Parts: sequence; C-alpha cells; structure tokens
Amino acid sequence: MDLRTGLANMLCNGVIMDVVNVEQAKIAEGAGAVAVMALERVPADIRKQGGVARMSDPRMIEEIKASVSIPVMAKVRIGHIAEAQILEAIGIDFIDESEVLTPADAAFHINKKTFKTPFVCGACNLGEALRRINEGAALIRTKGEAGTGNIIEAVRHMRQITSELTALSQSEGSQYESMAREYRVPVELIELVANTGKLPVPNFAAGGVATPADAALIRQLGAESVFVGSGVFKSENPERVAKAIVEATTYFDRPEVLLEVSRNLGKAMEGIEMGTLPQESRLAQRGW
Amino acid sequence: MKAVGILALQGCVEPHVRVLRSLGRDAISVKRGEDFEEIDRLILPGGESSTMLRLLERFSLFEPLRSFCLSRPTWGVCAGAILLAAKVEHPSQVSLATVNVLAHRNFYGSQRESFSTEVRSSLFDKPLSADFIRAPKLSPLASTVEVLAEYGGDAVLLRENHTLLSSFHVELESDTRLHQYFLSLEVAPR
Repeated sequence: MDLRTGLANMLCNGVIMDVVNVEQAKIAEGAGAVAVMALERVPADIRKQGGVARMSDPRMIEEIKASVSIPVMAKVRIGHIAEAQILEAIGIDFIDESEVLTPADAAFHINKKTFKTPFVCGACNLGEALRRINEGAALIRTKGEAGTGNIIEAVRHMRQITSELTALSQSEGSQYESMAREYRVPVELIELVANTGKLPVPNFAAGGVATPADAALIRQLGAESVFVGSGVFKSENPERVAKAIVEATTYFDRPEVLLEVSRNLGKAMEGIEMGTLPQESRLAQRGW
Repeated sequence: MKAVGILALQGCVEPHVRVLRSLGRDAISVKRGEDFEEIDRLILPGGESSTMLRLLERFSLFEPLRSFCLSRPTWGVCAGAILLAAKVEHPSQVSLATVNVLAHRNFYGSQRESFSTEVRSSLFDKPLSADFIRAPKLSPLASTVEVLAEYGGDAVLLRENHTLLSSFHVELESDTRLHQYFLSLEVAPR
C-alpha cells in the first residue's frame, strides 16, 4: 500500500476543518476534527476580498502545526510545484492542490508522484478524479463550490462521480480503450476501477458544507469524510457547530442523533444562492 | 458465531471489514452501545485517537467499550492502541486503560516520516509487511505484556492476555496472518 493513500484511509469517517490561526486550530482539535487545513483566509473571505490567492505564510502554518497533535494540511495553487516543495519542506502532512487558490499553471497540475507528501485534489466528475489519481493524488474530494455555504454543487459532483463509477463498472471490456481516451487516462486505470467499482483512493466531500445535516447528506451519498471550510468559523457558534458536524459525520445514518446535534446551534454561515453567483466567480471551473 | 466488531466512530474501518470477510468472518461496524451484543471480539482501528475519544465520551460509550475490552479479545491498531493503553503521553490524554502499555503519540514523527517495512515476529516464519503511519511508540509497563515483535529496538506488536496492540498497520496489505492470529485469541480462564 502506498503510504500516502494509507494516511488518507486513516482520515476516513472524519471532518477536516479550515482554520486561520492557532486558536481556531485548537477549537477544531477539541471538537474532534481529524485534521486541520491551515490557511490565511477561508474561502468565503477569499471570495469577498478578491485578488490573487496564494499559499499561506509558512510561519503561520508552522505555528498551527506546533499547536495540535492531529495532521495538518495546507493549500497550494494548481500547478505550483514550488509552493508544494515549500510545504513538503515544512513537513506538512497533506497538500491540497486547490481550486480555491488562484491557479498557477494553465496547462499542468502538479506531478504529485514526485512528492513523498500525499496530495488531495478536487474533482467534479470521474474523468477529473481519474486524471488527478493518475498524477499521484492520494485522496479525491468533490470541488463543490467553496465559500458559498451551499451544498448543491458538492451533491452534484458526488452524484456525478457515483453514477459514472456505476456506468464504468457495468461497461464491457471492449469499451475500456475508448473510455480511457475520453477520460484521458491509461487503460489500466480504467480496468482497475471497472473491476472494483470504486476509486483506488478514498473519496471525500468539500465545498459548501455548513450544517450537520449537510455533512450527513453528503455522507449518505457516499463521501467517506467531509471537509468544512467557511462553515464552522463563519457561523455564530463555531465551537458548537464544529462538534455537531463531527458528530453528524459519524452518525450520518442515525436521524435521532442528527436531530439531537442539530438543535440550538445559532445562526449558520450566511451562504450564497448559486443563481446569484456569476459563472466567472465559480471556483469549481478551475482545473481540468 | 457472533460477528467481529470494528469500532467505527472514525478511522480506517473498511479495510478490516474486507480482510475479515475474506477470512470467512462476518464483520460489523460498532458505534452504538447495543452493537456490543452482536460481537464477540473487537478491533479498534487506526485514525485519530483524539477524535474517537471525544465521540466515546459524548455518546456515553466509554464505559461499555471498556467493559467489553476487559472481557473479550480486542486488537488496538495505531490510534486504537493509544485508546487501550494504560497511559498516554505527548500530549497526555484519557484512555480506556485495559492493557499495561505506555503510548507515546506521533513518536515516529509526522507523515513525512511514515514508512513501510518488514517486521519479524515470533508468531510467524516470514516477516509481516508493516505500514507505520504517524505511528505511536508502545512500551510495556508490566512483565505480563509479551512483546511479539520489535522494530529498531522498540516494541511494535504486543499482547497482554486477550488484548493485542500494534503500532503499525497490516490491513492495507494483502497479508491476513495477523488478523488470523487475532481471531485465534481466547480469553484465559481466571
């Protein structure tokens, strides 16, 4: 087993939370997060403030790393090999090659096989997921639409990947060559996925999770874990919301627990209706 | 025959289910008190011990789990071993304390220091393929703890009565021998 995918397996059935400082990292750890994503601005603020979004200051990432015992992740721009090398030099546990930051390369994603550090990458559909896996991604997550507090895009991406997986596992061997061409990946990867009916790496959800019910919904649709970006620390009661999302992620199939943890959480993050979000500000379109 | 349980509050559950089913045993996820009725032995899998601990306390599972582990064969893998240890440090945290072992969290470093290797054990002729993923260090605290394998001078596979601990993972490999050994463990008559 590839150790990079090995760590991804350890993060299953858990919640990874975006944090912007040590105080938030400790709240996330105390609430039961399996990992934190250290970044300077959560997606909702990146969206609001605009400008080029880059890798965070390594010093801030190092401070967060020193303050918690759980794994720490951080984001690099799509295709930004040097930012990834810097994070690897820090000794970060996981790198998110993320569409939330401004892409650095219009032609290539990072060749992730050359790193010892595992990578997670976003995907809207099976072809995109397989291309990232072929480049060495140890973990796939839906892109959703980060910073919106709106779950609809994550649901769309999870359903899309699941239905394409089902179609692939039911297809004939004679179709593999043409599917490999369509998805732009080696036929061996198509064959592997067709035989097992699942991705060879864990499949998580991200982008728009704002409530415990959102986490439970996306888990019921097949997500093995949940990334929460702005949903925790843009809510009225971050600590309570963080705990409730962790609990809902474990007991996603127990409505009586979901009821109990959903009560009295205060105001959730505001959120954005997709119809009011112009095409050019949709982050899920970044990457290919 | 009752099923084998895998504590499923968080972590690497599915690979254990797959291995156990390949060995012809029924395996179920355990995350509610009543689930303990359905099982005769339990694996506490890898993952984040701090997450599992919080959920155990939140859903009043700490005591039911502890009494199960005291009376039935239990295998703690990595984070699961930390939960079972008598004492946990770096940082210190509460534990079920069903086995006389000291656990030092993240002893082998962060993910950059994770490694795969072969581990020789007195249980088997051929070495085990072992994955150490942000692994803890486990040290015996009593002579009743038998060290079944060492790596680099440290105990990595230990047993005390019906409790098995490993700081490494085998469930991600195709090697099923350690699962078979766990299935053969019995509770010694008092």
